[in-house]
Amino acid sequence: MLTTPGGTLLVMAVLVPFVGVLLGLTLGGRHVWRVAAVTVLAGLAIVASLASMLLQSGDTVVYLLGGWAPPLGIALRADSLSVVMMLAVAVVICGIGLYARSDFGSVAGAAEARAPFTFWLLLLAVWGSLNLVFVSGDLFTLYVALELVTFSGVPLVCLDGRGETLRAALRYLLFALAGSLLYLLGAVLLYGAYGTLDIALLAERIRPEPIAWSVAALMTVGLLAKTALFPLHLWLPPAHAGAPAAASAVLSALVIKGSWFLVVRLWFDVMPGVVTLSAAQLLAGLGAAAIVVGSVVALRQERLKLLVAYSTIAQIGYLFLMFPLAFDAGGSALVHGPALTGGLLQAVSHATAKAAMFMAAGLVYAALGHDRIADLAGVARAMPITILAFALAGLALMGVVPSGAYLAKKLMLDAAASSGQWWWEGVLQGGAVFTAAYVVLVLTHVMRRPRGPAQPLKRVSRLSEFAALFLGLCSLLLAFAALGPLPGDLVKNPLAPGELGTTLLVFLGGTLLALGLSPQPLLAATRGGPLRRTMTRAGIAFEHSDGFVRRWPSASIALLTLAALFGWLLLARPLP
Amino acid sequence: MSDALNIGLAGLILGLALWSIVAREAFAAVEGFMAFGLLLTLAWVQLHGIDVALTEAAIGGGLTGALLIGAATRLRSTEAAARVEGPGAPTRWLAAGVSVAVTAALAVGVLALPVPAPTLAPDVAAHIAVTGVGNPITAVLLAFRAMDTLLEAIVLLFALIGVWSLAPDRFWGGRPGLRQQADPNGILAYVARVLPPIGVIAGIYIFWVGADHPGGKFQGATLMAAMWLLVMMAGLADAPPISRTWLRILLVAGPLVFIAIGVVGVVTADAFLAYPPGIAKPLILVIEFALMPTLTLILGLMLVGAPQRGPLP
Repeated sequence: MLTTPGGTLLVMAVLVPFVGVLLGLTLGGRHVWRVAAVTVLAGLAIVASLASMLLQSGDTVVYLLGGWAPPLGIALRADSLSVVMMLAVAVVICGIGLYARSDFGSVAGAAEARAPFTFWLLLLAVWGSLNLVFVSGDLFTLYVALELVTFSGVPLVCLDGRGETLRAALRYLLFALAGSLLYLLGAVLLYGAYGTLDIALLAERIRPEPIAWSVAALMTVGLLAKTALFPLHLWLPPAHAGAPAAASAVLSALVIKGSWFLVVRLWFDVMPGVVTLSAAQLLAGLGAAAIVVGSVVALRQERLKLLVAYSTIAQIGYLFLMFPLAFDAGGSALVHGPALTGGLLQAVSHATAKAAMFMAAGLVYAALGHDRIADLAGVARAMPITILAFALAGLALMGVVPSGAYLAKKLMLDAAASSGQWWWEGVLQGGAVFTAAYVVLVLTHVMRRPRGPAQPLKRVSRLSEFAALFLGLCSLLLAFAALGPLPGDLVKNPLAPGELGTTLLVFLGGTLLALGLSPQPLLAATRGGPLRRTMTRAGIAFEHSDGFVRRWPSASIALLTLAALFGWLLLARPLP
Repeated sequence: MSDALNIGLAGLILGLALWSIVAREAFAAVEGFMAFGLLLTLAWVQLHGIDVALTEAAIGGGLTGALLIGAATRLRSTEAAARVEGPGAPTRWLAAGVSVAVTAALAVGVLALPVPAPTLAPDVAAHIAVTGVGNPITAVLLAFRAMDTLLEAIVLLFALIGVWSLAPDRFWGGRPGLRQQADPNGILAYVARVLPPIGVIAGIYIFWVGADHPGGKFQGATLMAAMWLLVMMAGLADAPPISRTWLRILLVAGPLVFIAIGVVGVVTADAFLAYPPGIAKPLILVIEFALMPTLTLILGLMLVGAPQRGPLP
């Protein structure tokens, strides 16, 4: 294995954003924004040329750092998984950069200020760190990458500087560090057992045996804590409650994708033969629980931003549904295939759509001075672009043609049907209904005619509105971009009876859920009906259980219990 | 004899670890943790991991201990209230049970590790001559896995930006921490005058011998940072305002020089972070030399904390 042509691009994709941070820190003041802008353009060019190169040759791009081959040295590798994620992250970073221009842009003559300085430097820091996660071929370098992501992500939570945001940031830091340590412990044990940390070499050497099972359990659970998969999501809602919209977009769309990607790498590329179908069922089961709890609690929220935050928990769940669907015919090893492609598409569409939604919620807050869902009447008329961005992102997440989520759902439904796992078909369709529910809920409120005189609105930046719209559109049109490498017959005419019927059913189910679960009744007619009363009671019960799960003792015990459970499920493999 | 010593050491380490977890007061737990770090240093010495022992003493026990003591002192007033909110006995027992189960499972895994352990040490020994350095740890950190070292210096910088970001807006650009007052004729001021020259020499020595013997920039920088903190605590010097240009330049100098030498490697030795044959050792020394002030400043400033005073005097 040698350095391939173009390998230098991998080093640049990681280090150019970091050099941007270093230069921004030195120049300081008003230059930070300019440095960030130049770096984003340069980074975009690097990722684009890497993608075009990989698209032409189709081979993995490799770079041996210092010319030292693994196991002694470190290799950077970019396969199609890495490049897809890098492209998505680059596009989202661009969108967030444009959006944040008005919030954190520089004022001529003003002195350096804390929030913009921190925001731009950390935006670049998150980018370089994530690129490292995507291209690193060494498990210890990946640990450093995880730490880089965490340390650049945590201060974004408390950019606002209020006491409660500090608490939220500390919560995130401590829980994420616990996750990192579990990962590091796993890496140490792997070196002790197999004498290398290189992913390609490990994949050849690793055997299904006790040490590999403990490592898989520890690392997986540590990464789940960082990804905020239910029931390990204690840090996510408070982190979003007080973070600026741009920071929330970074955290929800990008930061959690880093640790998620690492789970994918571990399961698919490091130990595809060590993990078992039953462990994958548990992983997807947690995902299904995340979808139900996250969505129901999202529908019960009174603030738009928290609704978007809780729906993030549901969407994180979606990202883990592909694992049991990606096993080979005998159910003995994970394989790269349509299910993985589906999961990846899901991640990309979630990254773009979720960033757009957080931006839209931030713009609504900026214009009104609040984001209480019940008081959003008239907003659609006043801020059509923002609401359009929210609606497009919502449609994309629901899986309406031609969104990426549509293709993802299609690929995963096929995989579920062909492997006879009908229960995941139900979860996949149900997830879309839940997404429809909160999109319907928000859109109904914003499209209402305001009862009293129109609320006074502050003007928001057009650039920010269009940045949100751009990302929403990206998510909705993702299927077209994905069709290059994928077979064309996957996308159906959205107006064909079958497709239209499904879409309508999803909307209908969503509307019913929204009617039953919203804290304020959507229609006067449904007030006080027996069904609504029961559903409200169930919703409150879900809120209570979510609150219980998010306490420190419960989350910590859940962390260890899951580690034990994963270990046991890996052990209990079917006899050959 | 030696076995008895080692078993006693291991027992003490476990006991102190347990103490840090069950101690009711944060301060007592921190004290236990620092003693734990010290004994862990001894354990590494017993295992012939002198480099790891030095790092553990400097960073694990020393620096982290100092940070924790600061935190525990600040939390003292709220501790009684926090204890009331703490989990009840059933939760504690459940947590203990789950922890024991996971530990037991881990122990099974660890005991199943192959003996002798697979190692890259012969590989390192075979290639160390190319790097020109004599200490295999330094060869790994600055040649074979130089990227990790570069990235770790960058992690520290991100952490410092994070610490600074906690400043109140009005103090942005100002001096970190509070101005320390101490009796100019007191014992602290005396120590702060006498110790730093010795400490700085020791720090430079540890850094310098790192190329061929146990030691290196991280351990040396920690010692230097400790001396700097001592001088600041005694009120003999003040922390610099974070907006100072010289400070910012020194903070990024280490990583930037590292990256620059890496880029030179692309041209002269065909790979990023590769060193042209013959001048590998001088280049490694340049990198370490540039990283030294950066690390000293970052470690020191991280302990002092966020800016708490107006931008300019």
